[in-house]
Amino acid sequence: MSNLLDLLVAGLATGAIYALVAVGFTLLWQTSQTINFAQGEFVMLPAFLMLAAMHAGAPFWLAIILGILLSMILLGLAFKMLLVDPMMRHGVLPLAIATMALAIGIKEAVKQFFSAEASPFPSIVPTGDISILGHIVSLQSISVLALAILAVLGLTTLLNRTSLGHQMQAAAQNPTVARIIGVPVERMILLTFLINAFLVALASLLITPIYLAKFSSGEVLGQAAFIAAIVGGFNQVRGAIAGGLLIGVLDNLAASYVSTQYRAAVPLIFLILVILFRPQGLLGRAEERTV
Amino acid sequence: MSGLGKSLKIALGLAVIAGLIIVPMNFNRYGLFILSQWAVMTIAAMGLNLTLGYAGQVSLAQGAFVGIGAYAAAIMTTHGWPLPVAILVAIILSFAVGWVLGYPALRVQHHYLAFVTLAFSTLAFLVFRNESWLTGGIYGISNIPRPHFFGIPTNKPLPFYYVCLGSLAIVSVAVWWLIRSPWGRAFMALRENPLRAQSLGVDTRRYTLMAFAIGSALGGVAGALYAPLTQYIDPVPFNLSLSLDLLMMVIVGGAGFFLGPFLGAMIAVLLPEWLRFTEGYYLMLYAVAVMLLLIWSPTGILGILDRYLAERRTKAASALRAVAKSRLETAQ
Repeated sequence: MSNLLDLLVAGLATGAIYALVAVGFTLLWQTSQTINFAQGEFVMLPAFLMLAAMHAGAPFWLAIILGILLSMILLGLAFKMLLVDPMMRHGVLPLAIATMALAIGIKEAVKQFFSAEASPFPSIVPTGDISILGHIVSLQSISVLALAILAVLGLTTLLNRTSLGHQMQAAAQNPTVARIIGVPVERMILLTFLINAFLVALASLLITPIYLAKFSSGEVLGQAAFIAAIVGGFNQVRGAIAGGLLIGVLDNLAASYVSTQYRAAVPLIFLILVILFRPQGLLGRAEERTV
Repeated sequence: MSGLGKSLKIALGLAVIAGLIIVPMNFNRYGLFILSQWAVMTIAAMGLNLTLGYAGQVSLAQGAFVGIGAYAAAIMTTHGWPLPVAILVAIILSFAVGWVLGYPALRVQHHYLAFVTLAFSTLAFLVFRNESWLTGGIYGISNIPRPHFFGIPTNKPLPFYYVCLGSLAIVSVAVWWLIRSPWGRAFMALRENPLRAQSLGVDTRRYTLMAFAIGSALGGVAGALYAPLTQYIDPVPFNLSLSLDLLMMVIVGGAGFFLGPFLGAMIAVLLPEWLRFTEGYYLMLYAVAVMLLLIWSPTGILGILDRYLAERRTKAASALRAVAKSRLETAQ
């Protein structure tokens, strides 16, 4: 029983991180039809930026701030202006392919300029175990879960409760009309790219202490985020959150109740079933064109 | 004018073919291996070009079919079956699995389809890795024999390069014929406007499945040649990144152009080798090159050529018009 509880908490913690990455992924899709195949590498990179800052002598807190700022410049601003803007009007596929190339580029750059080996990464939350109602649970999992939920709550408040959020949603849903009623659509799209960069940097900060910093760790993460986004609903922020949590829990349960060899297969089979029987995702709206 | 252009094209094609036959004769082992790899990857990319470029169905599973073909060939040839039989089995197996994978394409399109095929690709990798009674698991299958053709052994790199090149030639002719047949036209109708295709009496259901199955079968052929080329296979080369690489080859070369896969595979296989003098930077430069190319021309290399030719044609036409107009005016 305590084993199951621990698995659930650990699953929710990784799931919450997947949710952060998946939310960013769906935001990019909604505002600019960008399928970012480099999203996993986007999560991998900020940890290395922070490590580099620490190697240069910065204390941990400063390294975090620098890492997040650099991520927002590189993975938000530069990504949008140098790659997405010139390619956006040419359709979904060439841009998706370009992000695949970007993924290779980021991976190789980290391998070349940093290290091919896995590096340990300090945790920003306390580690150890605590006892809740007589059950031992990992404190790190609880803190990661709490932080991720806080971030997601902050984001949903921004999107649903503020004028800025409403403008962003308008820009995503109908750019033409949004432009007519005076929404600065371009600036809103840029903002979603910056938010995505912030979310991946946060995810990087939370997940790297658990899985170590490695140039290739983006592959698994990116795929988990894709699956979470699609399972939950490609066009819905809340769908991506639910999908992330679900995949995290499913992944952890599969690891201990299904064979470890086929652990990775469980979310994939789930993904195929969802796409075939409910292609708009568990919480998504149906899109006429794509279904 | 157009007759001259056509004979120029034929002459150029013959020169390239002659070059591919004669020039590698004094290549070293490694050069021949890379060229053979180019031929094999071109076959796989041609299959994906049929599915994606002509029929418009996004697939991220072509690497898995190369894997299926490679394992089929490796298992059969190490048990004493001749390679041609193994290739036939690889074709049938990939065709059947590709047909089944086509069913989701009847329900979902575009990025949803991309993700179903992506999931399939990873599942296939898991099977290659975990079913060690069949595939040898992470230790793979070694000592894959190379075939004898008409009593000539192809153990040396050069004869086996000719096997790959010959297979590429056969596949090219078959694909060339296919895309000019009513089938190819039906595929293109499927890509351009499925609704209109259906209303004109094209059985879109059957052709969608066919586009997947035939494209996948070519992936199987490529795999069945890959196994004896490397003579050792394990699951690693057939993971998701092979599918992504093949997709990149098709798009970079120019999706929907017959010669696109040849150029795309050349860039994906040969460009990293040419950049090797930059040591650790070569894959990074390759990634940057692909991104710059796609920013410049999202329709790939042949898209640039296509645009240039179209521009020249319009210019020639407007020049003719101007001449005709001035003649008309002087006549008045």
